Amino acid sequence: MKTKSKTIYKRPNQKSKFFDLLTTVDHKKIGIMYLYTGFVFFLVGGLEALLIRIHLAQAESTFLSAAEYNSLFTVHGFTMVFLFFMAVNSGFGNYLVPLMIGARDVAFPRMNALSYWIYFFGAVFIHSTLFIGNTAPPEGGYLSEESNLFSNAVAGGWFLYQPNAGIQFSPGTATDIGVIGIIFLGVASLISAINLTVTTFNLRAKGLTLMKLPVYVWMTQVVSFLLIFSLPFITIALFTVVVDRQFGGNFYNVAMGGDPILWQHLFWLFGHPEVYILILPVFGMISEIIPVFSRKPIFGYATLVFAGFAIGFIGFGVWAHHMFSSSIQSLAQAGFGAATMIIAIPTGIKIFNWIATLWFGKRNLNVAMLFSIAFIINFVIGGVSGVLHAVVPSDWQQTDTYFIIGHFHYVLVGGGLFGIFAGIYYWFPHVFGKKLDEKIGKIHFWILFLGLHLTFLPQHWLGLQGMVRRTWWYDKGMNIEFWNLISTIGSLIILISVLVFILNWIYSKRMGEDTEFDPWDGRTLEWSTPLPPPEYNFYDIPKVKTKDEFWYRKYSVDKEDRSISKGNHTEIKKYTLATTLMDTSHIHLPSNSLFPFITGLALPFLGWSLIFRGSFTAVVLLLIGVLTLFIGIFGWTLEPENE
Amino acid sequence: MSNFSTTQDHESTGISNQKLAMWLFLSSEVVFFAALISIYLFYKRLFALGDLTPEGLFDIPFTSVTSFVLLMSSLTMVLSHNYYEIKDYEKSKIWIFATAFLGTVFVSGQIYEYTEFIQSGLTISSSIFGTAFFFVTGIHGLHVVIGVVLLIATGSQMGISNSNRIYSLSIESLALYWHCIDIVWIVIFTAVYLIP
Repeated sequence: MKTKSKTIYKRPNQKSKFFDLLTTVDHKKIGIMYLYTGFVFFLVGGLEALLIRIHLAQAESTFLSAAEYNSLFTVHGFTMVFLFFMAVNSGFGNYLVPLMIGARDVAFPRMNALSYWIYFFGAVFIHSTLFIGNTAPPEGGYLSEESNLFSNAVAGGWFLYQPNAGIQFSPGTATDIGVIGIIFLGVASLISAINLTVTTFNLRAKGLTLMKLPVYVWMTQVVSFLLIFSLPFITIALFTVVVDRQFGGNFYNVAMGGDPILWQHLFWLFGHPEVYILILPVFGMISEIIPVFSRKPIFGYATLVFAGFAIGFIGFGVWAHHMFSSSIQSLAQAGFGAATMIIAIPTGIKIFNWIATLWFGKRNLNVAMLFSIAFIINFVIGGVSGVLHAVVPSDWQQTDTYFIIGHFHYVLVGGGLFGIFAGIYYWFPHVFGKKLDEKIGKIHFWILFLGLHLTFLPQHWLGLQGMVRRTWWYDKGMNIEFWNLISTIGSLIILISVLVFILNWIYSKRMGEDTEFDPWDGRTLEWSTPLPPPEYNFYDIPKVKTKDEFWYRKYSVDKEDRSISKGNHTEIKKYTLATTLMDTSHIHLPSNSLFPFITGLALPFLGWSLIFRGSFTAVVLLLIGVLTLFIGIFGWTLEPENE
Repeated sequence: MSNFSTTQDHESTGISNQKLAMWLFLSSEVVFFAALISIYLFYKRLFALGDLTPEGLFDIPFTSVTSFVLLMSSLTMVLSHNYYEIKDYEKSKIWIFATAFLGTVFVSGQIYEYTEFIQSGLTISSSIFGTAFFFVTGIHGLHVVIGVVLLIATGSQMGISNSNRIYSLSIESLALYWHCIDIVWIVIFTAVYLIP
């Protein structure tokens, strides 16, 4: 498809592999880049957590200084939530959604690349704090040690409560870098959410009506809407902080009448939907894996989808349950408590759907399935301890203690991380054409399962005994040393399990069992491609008749609702593999483009220029940033449609 | 943007990709401004604490005129879009630049207002009122400036070649953005200037 307009630039080609990474607009490659980057940050965030746990292993520990400790727990939260979890969810979404709906790419391929590069440079910007950030102690303050590499990062806790994270109590550039970095990551997520929504609504294969979509696509869709409607709150909230810190605003200046509770409302209006943004895609993945390995369709498809809607919708009405101990009215407390209890209903529906799918299924307990079942168990434990917080007086006891830490780590590690591992074991063959090793995988699973419970179960008891969260110091003889030690041992066991996983990854990528086509007898469209999929995904854009389309191409259903093989598996396989050799000149794919990378590159410079405002460096940085942005956007608009 | 797949071989909403994306972006923008205006209204009860109060400072007739100018720019935007649809690109171009001009007039009025207020002693750090006022109107002003830049860029592109050109941002999506910013100003004007 050549355009007649003057060709000012050529679209880059894919000759060099590194240059291809910078310029790719292929949704699969971008998805994999998200996954790799996210995994790197998982290791970074994990090491931060390990340092925290090692420090807390014994009473009156001086392993870390108080300033280092404050920075580490804050950055641990930022890294795990924004840089690991959201990136990995974006990665899965990017990779899977177009394949599951029978599309060749997302609706805006270059925008997709842009959202990755903004995320990437946002992460670079946040980590630049190690070299240019500082957390100068407030005058006469408690934290008067010298700062060092670890304590150069933002230290106000991941929810940056005001006025503690304001200029008076957290001077220094570290907080500004953290705040502006999160704004960048928000922009990346917004672009990606809009892109995936348009893709899902406009690029579905013929016949794939909305209620035939795989559950995973639906869950990513709910998440996209959550992002579109909740990111504005955090953006505005972070803007108010930037105004306060950089331009002397009074939003949270109590002396001038500013109200710190406003920050809490704005933050949690984003922060609570964020919890579902993290976990709903994992729900979707579990809903794909369990039916395949139970060899049954998912139980109650419609209820599962609508429960997802309900969770997303009610998720906007429960934010104040994070604030029961602040000065909100008792009527509001009752209302938000009730809403929080109600949200357990759609979540329960999902749990029962998964259990009913497992029930009487021909279960294949491989690693992906083990992780899925463990996900259900862990998530129920985390969910039940969560419902306790809907009871206001009980919440007053537990809030800001290790009970809360235990609760949400059960949900996010026991739930989220286990689900992500299930997804990795399930879709690894799709990406690389090789299976992850089952034996090493089972070792990985059991070590992680043990480590999880050893680490986070004792934290509930510590919390109930009154150990507050974010504490750098506890005295000897308070009867909490033992369980702290156990928790630290548990975290080291988690480290071992992650090392086993990395080993498995390296081993299986080289010597894993080869699969060319449909290793799991899959149900959804992504398994109808050759493995790994060609750049254009589908040789013929599929035509869809039913839900679980690919399954019903292979199986028919008898009177008693049993699936009978049509015996055409080898035939389908032969044809699909043959398509890789056929002529593909009629398939038009978007060409590579360097401009998303350039546009993303501009953002850290703009951020730094704001941080160093008023100096000569800032002017230079601003000029570089604006020029890069200019080149990026104008190159983007003027580059020819396709090569 | 990318039209590599046509809508015929897909299930779709019938709305073009770019327009749907713009609607989704605007829905996010609306929530953004809702939060913004809520902050202003939330702090309104504290404005009496400062030395300068809204009642003593605002020049409502002046701001009404600039607001009217901004509203009229919606009309010129509609005209531009209309001429674009009937392929009269010359007139479309004139009206798109007229829209950009009216937008600039509005922003100039805002800058004039800011200088007046700053001379009277109202700054972003002088009181809660100052912080909230400059924050709300400033962020809206920034959106108008971005809109003006997009209008000029698109208008200039129309000059390069005015047939079959696939614009990076179509006139229709641009018009949607511009109208949204206008409508938001009506709400901000009411909340900030008119409600006592």
